[in-house]
Amino acid sequence: MNTSDAAFYFFITVLPIAAVIGFLVKSKVQNAFNDTHWRSLPIHYAFYVGLVIALPGAIAFFFASALHLLTIYTADGIHVLVLATLLSMWGGFHSLKNVRPAFCARESVERIIRYFLISAAFISILTTIGIVLAIIFEAIHFFKIVSLWEFLTGTHWAPDDATEGNTSGMFGSIPIFAGTFMITIIAMSVAVPVGILSAVYMSEYASEHVRNIAKPALEILAGIPTVVYGFFAAITVSPLVVNFAESAGLHADYTNALTPGLVMGIMIIPFISSLSDDVIRSVPRSLRDASLALGTTNSETIIKIVLPTALPGIIAACLLGVSRALGETMIVVMAAGLRPNLTWNPLEGMTTVTVRIVDALTGDQAFDSPETLSAFGLGLVLLVITLILNFISIYVTRRFRSQYE
Amino acid sequence: MNKIVSNKALKRRYRKEKIFKGAAIFALLLAASFLVFFFSNMIGKGVSAFSQAEILVDVHYSESSMKSYRKAVDKPYRKIVSRGWLRTLPMYMEDNPEVMGTTRQEWVLATADVDQYLKGYPNRLKDKHKQYIDKLQEEGKLKLAFNTGFFTRGDSKMAELAGIKSAVIGSILVLLVTLAVALPIGVMTAIYLEEFAPDNRLTQLVEVNINNLAAIPSILFGLLGLAIFINFFGVPRSSALVGGLTLALMTLPVIIITTRAALRAVPNSIREAAYGLGASRWQAVFHHVLPLAFPGILTGTIIGLAQAMGETAPLLVIGMMAYIPDSPTGFTDAATVLPAQIFTWAGESIRAYEERTAAAILVLVTILLSMNAFAIWLRKRFETRW
Amino acid sequence: MLLQFGYANDLKQGGNMNKSKISIHELKLWYDKNQALHGIDLQIAEKKITSFIGPSGCGKSTLLRCLNRMNDHISNCRIEGKVLIDNQDIYDPNVDVVQLRSHIGMVFQKPNPFPKSIYENVAYAPRIHGIASSGDDMDELVENVLKKASLWKEVKDKLHQPGTALSGGQQQRLCIARTIAVKPEVILMDEPCSALDPIASAKIEELMDELKKEYTIIIVTHSMQQAARVSDFTAFFYMGNLVEFGNTGNIFTKPQQQQTEDYITGRFG
Ligand SMILES: Nc1ncnc2c1ncn2[C@@H]1O[C@H](COP(=O)(O)OP(=O)(O)O)[C@@H](O)[C@H]1O
Ligand SMILES: [Mg+2]
Repeated sequence: MNTSDAAFYFFITVLPIAAVIGFLVKSKVQNAFNDTHWRSLPIHYAFYVGLVIALPGAIAFFFASALHLLTIYTADGIHVLVLATLLSMWGGFHSLKNVRPAFCARESVERIIRYFLISAAFISILTTIGIVLAIIFEAIHFFKIVSLWEFLTGTHWAPDDATEGNTSGMFGSIPIFAGTFMITIIAMSVAVPVGILSAVYMSEYASEHVRNIAKPALEILAGIPTVVYGFFAAITVSPLVVNFAESAGLHADYTNALTPGLVMGIMIIPFISSLSDDVIRSVPRSLRDASLALGTTNSETIIKIVLPTALPGIIAACLLGVSRALGETMIVVMAAGLRPNLTWNPLEGMTTVTVRIVDALTGDQAFDSPETLSAFGLGLVLLVITLILNFISIYVTRRFRSQYE
Repeated sequence: MNKIVSNKALKRRYRKEKIFKGAAIFALLLAASFLVFFFSNMIGKGVSAFSQAEILVDVHYSESSMKSYRKAVDKPYRKIVSRGWLRTLPMYMEDNPEVMGTTRQEWVLATADVDQYLKGYPNRLKDKHKQYIDKLQEEGKLKLAFNTGFFTRGDSKMAELAGIKSAVIGSILVLLVTLAVALPIGVMTAIYLEEFAPDNRLTQLVEVNINNLAAIPSILFGLLGLAIFINFFGVPRSSALVGGLTLALMTLPVIIITTRAALRAVPNSIREAAYGLGASRWQAVFHHVLPLAFPGILTGTIIGLAQAMGETAPLLVIGMMAYIPDSPTGFTDAATVLPAQIFTWAGESIRAYEERTAAAILVLVTILLSMNAFAIWLRKRFETRW
Repeated sequence: MLLQFGYANDLKQGGNMNKSKISIHELKLWYDKNQALHGIDLQIAEKKITSFIGPSGCGKSTLLRCLNRMNDHISNCRIEGKVLIDNQDIYDPNVDVVQLRSHIGMVFQKPNPFPKSIYENVAYAPRIHGIASSGDDMDELVENVLKKASLWKEVKDKLHQPGTALSGGQQQRLCIARTIAVKPEVILMDEPCSALDPIASAKIEELMDELKKEYTIIIVTHSMQQAARVSDFTAFFYMGNLVEFGNTGNIFTKPQQQQTEDYITGRFG
C-alpha cells in the first residue's frame, strides 16, 4: 500500500469519526452548560476535540509525503497508517480529558487556526523564494557549461549547434538582449506618451461622464489576453507594416521588430494611464488652485506644476511598464521571430529573451541539454532586471507618498 | 483695464493650451480607436467561423462502407464531404446497428475548402469542383448552418472538425485547481498579515516579497512550474494539475493584495466594537471583518482568475499546447487551455484555421470581459462607504 | 508632577465613603518610546460616575483603554503598574481578556454599531459568551436590554433593520444597549456624546443617570458642563499625569491646583 492510498483510508474513516465525537462532545457540554461556569462555548469544545483527533494523523501523512516527494525516504503506507491512527487516538484521549469547565477550548482552537494562517503565509513566501531558487539552481548548471562572461558578452547565439562537449561561442546573449531592448523601446515610445496624455486628459480635462466611459474602455485593453494581441500582431498588423514599408520604398520582414513593439505598446497603455491617472489625481487641488490663481492657463499648470509633482509616481508607472514589456512573451513569440539578429533596423526580424526561453523549452531536448538550461540562464537575467526595476519603482512611489499623504 | 484685453503673447499661450489639450484628446482617441479597430477586426475575421458548410447527401450505412468509409457517400461527393466526418461512420454504425443496411438523406459536414469557398475566402478547390458546388447550391443541397461542432468537438487536424470543447474543459479544470490552491492560501495569508501578524521586519519582508511576486513576468512562473512541479515533484507534464498549480502561484499575489485591501477597508471601529464586547481576535475577524470584506475578496478572486484564464506563456513551457482532440477527464490527463488552443491554431498555415482562431478569441474575450464586468458590478453593488 | 495634598485628602474621603471598584497603582504606559501615562494612582468608586477631563492628548482615552485591556491590540504599547478590579489584577497572566471585557464594557467616541440588524447587535455578545443561545430567551433579553437603554419604544418595530440606519444618538444608545446585554459591572465611555447633537446627548446623560444604579461608569468627556452635570467624581489629567481628583463639586468650585483652575475656567485647553 502506498502513502496516498493509506491517506485516503485514514481520512475517510477518521474525519467522520472526529465529526461524530465532536458532535457528542457538543451535546454533552450543552447539557451541563448552565450548571457550572464553562470557559468556552460547547461548539468550541467540539471543534477542539475534532481538530485534535484529525490533525496529528494529517500531519503524519503530510510529513510522510513530503519525505517521499523530496526523495529522502519512502515510508510504507501501512506504517504511516498505523502511526497516524495511534497519534489520532492519543489526540482523542488527550482532548477528551480536557473537556472540562476550567479548560478554555476557544483559545486552543484559535491557536490552531493561527497556525493554519501562519503556514499559509509561509507557503506564500516560499513561492517567491522557490522561483528565485529554482531559477538560480538551474542557471548554475548552465553557467557551469557556459561561462557567465561569454554569455554576457558573446554576440553569437546558436544553441542548436551546441553539443554536450562543445558550447564555446554558441551562447552569446547580446543579440537576444538587443532584440529585447529594441522591442521594449519601441513599445515604450508608444505607451509612454499615449498613456500619460490619456491620463492627463482623463484627470484634468474630461467631464465625469467621459471619464466614466474612457476608464473602463482602457481597462478592457488591459483585460485582453496577450495571446490575442499576438495573433492580432501577426495576422493584422504585420502585413500592414510590411505594406507600409514597401510603399515607402523599404523592405520589411514579416516577422519584424516593429510590429510586436507597436502592439506591445498598445497593450501597456492601460497600465501607464491608470497608474498615472491615480497619481495625477492625488496631487492636491490646492496646488492647482494656487497656480491658476496666478493667471496661468490649464496646460501651463499641468506641465509646470501638476506633472512635476506627480513625476515620481509616473516614473514608477513607466518602470512597471518597462518590466511588463521585457517579460512579455506571447506577442513576441507570435510576431517577432526566432532569429538572433544584431541590428539597428526595426524592420528586420529580431528575437527576444522570452522567445528564446519558450523555444528552448518547447523543443524535444533533454532537460539537462545546454539549450534547455540556457532558458534558465536567460530567465535569471530577466528575473534580476525585473526585480531591480520593481525595487526602484517601490522606492520612487514611497517617496511620492511620503510627500503627499 | 487694458491689461486684461488679450494681446499677442496671450494668444500664443492660448494656442499652446489648445495644442496640449488636442494632444491629450488625440492620445485617448488613439487608444479608443485601437479598441474599436481591434474588435471590428476580430469580429470580421471570426464571425464566419460560427457557420459551417453542410451538404445534403445520401449516406449508405452498409457493410462495404463499414470496411471502407469513403464508400458511404456517392463518388462525386467524396471530394467535398469531410473525410474526418466519414471516418467516424464505422464507429457510429457499430454503436447503432439498427441503421445498418439503410440509406438516409442527411446534412453532413463539407470539407474546409468547400466551406471557405462558400464564404468567399481563398481555397484549394479545383475549378471543376467549384462548378459542381455552385450547382449543388442552386439545388439547395449545400448550405451554411450554425457551427455547433465548434462548441461540441475537440481539436482536430481537419479544420472543419476542429472545435474548442476540449480546450474549454481544460481551462475549467485548470481554473478549478488554481482556485482550490490560490483562494484558501491567499485569503489565509492576507488575514494573517492584516489581522494577526505583528508589524515587524519579517512581516515587511513578506510584503515586499508579495509585491515582487506580482511583478515577476509570467513566463518565469513557467520555469518554476517546470523545474519544481514537473522535474522535482513529478507532476505529469501537460496536465491540468501542473497548469493549475503554476497559475495558482501567479494568482496568489493578486488574491493576497486585493484581500488585504478589502480587510483594510473595514474600519477599525468595527474591530474595537467587537473587542469591547469581549470577542476574541479571531471572533472579531470571523464574525465581523470577514463578512464585510467578502465582496472585495470575491472581486479580487474573479479578477485574478480572469487573468489566469487568459494566460498562455507559462503554460507553453509546461507543455500545455499539446494536440488534445479528446477532452481531458481528470486533473492528471494531458490537457490544453483556450489561450493555448488559440496559439496552436494561430500557427496553422491552412486558411480555415484563421477564422476559427478569431472565433475562439471572441469566445475567450467574451468570457474574460464578462468575468471582469461581473467583478466590477459586484464591487459597485456592495461598496460600503464608512 | 508633584504629589498633591488635595488629591490625597479626597482619596481618603472617597475611600471612606464609597467602596472602591477599581484601583489603579503607578500605571505607566509607553507607545514605542513615547510615555503617554506617567504613573497614575486612582481609585474608582462603585456604582458612581467618574469623569476624566483634560486637554486632548493628555492620555484620558489611553487610561480608559487600560481598564479593559483594549491596549493589548496595539502592538507598540507597553504597560507597567497595576490595575485591580475587585482586588483582582487584570494584567495577571491568568486573566482571560475575553472574560474581562464581558465584565467591563466599553462605548466608543463614534457610534459603531455592527452593520447588522438592531437585534443582532444586541444579541451578539450574549451569544459569544453563551449567556443566551437563541429563540425566546434571546428575544426576551434583547427586549429587556433595549428597554433599559430607553431605545425600545423607538426601535421595537424595526428590530431587523440595520443598526447603521438609526440616527447618531440612537446608534450610540444601541451601542450602550449592546454593552449592557452581558450585564457588565463597569461601563467605560470614551467621549460618547462628542459626535452627537445636544438633544441626543441629553438623552445619553439621562440614560447614564439611570444606569448608575447598577453599574460603575467611567466617562471621558471634553465638555466640562457634562462632567459637572453627570459625574460624582472627576479626575483632571494633564500630559499623562493625574493632576487632581475629587468630588465633582469640589473640583469645579474650589480646585486645589492652578492647572485645574486654568483648565476649567477655559484659560487653556
Ligand atoms: N496607538 C497609538 N500609538 C502611538 N501613540 C498614541 C496612540 N494612541 C495615542 N497615542 C498618543 O498618546 C497620547 C495620549 O493620547 P490619548 O489617550 O488618545 O489622549 P486623549 O484621549 O486624552 O485625547 C497622545 O500624545 C497620543 O498621540
Ligand atoms: Mg481621546
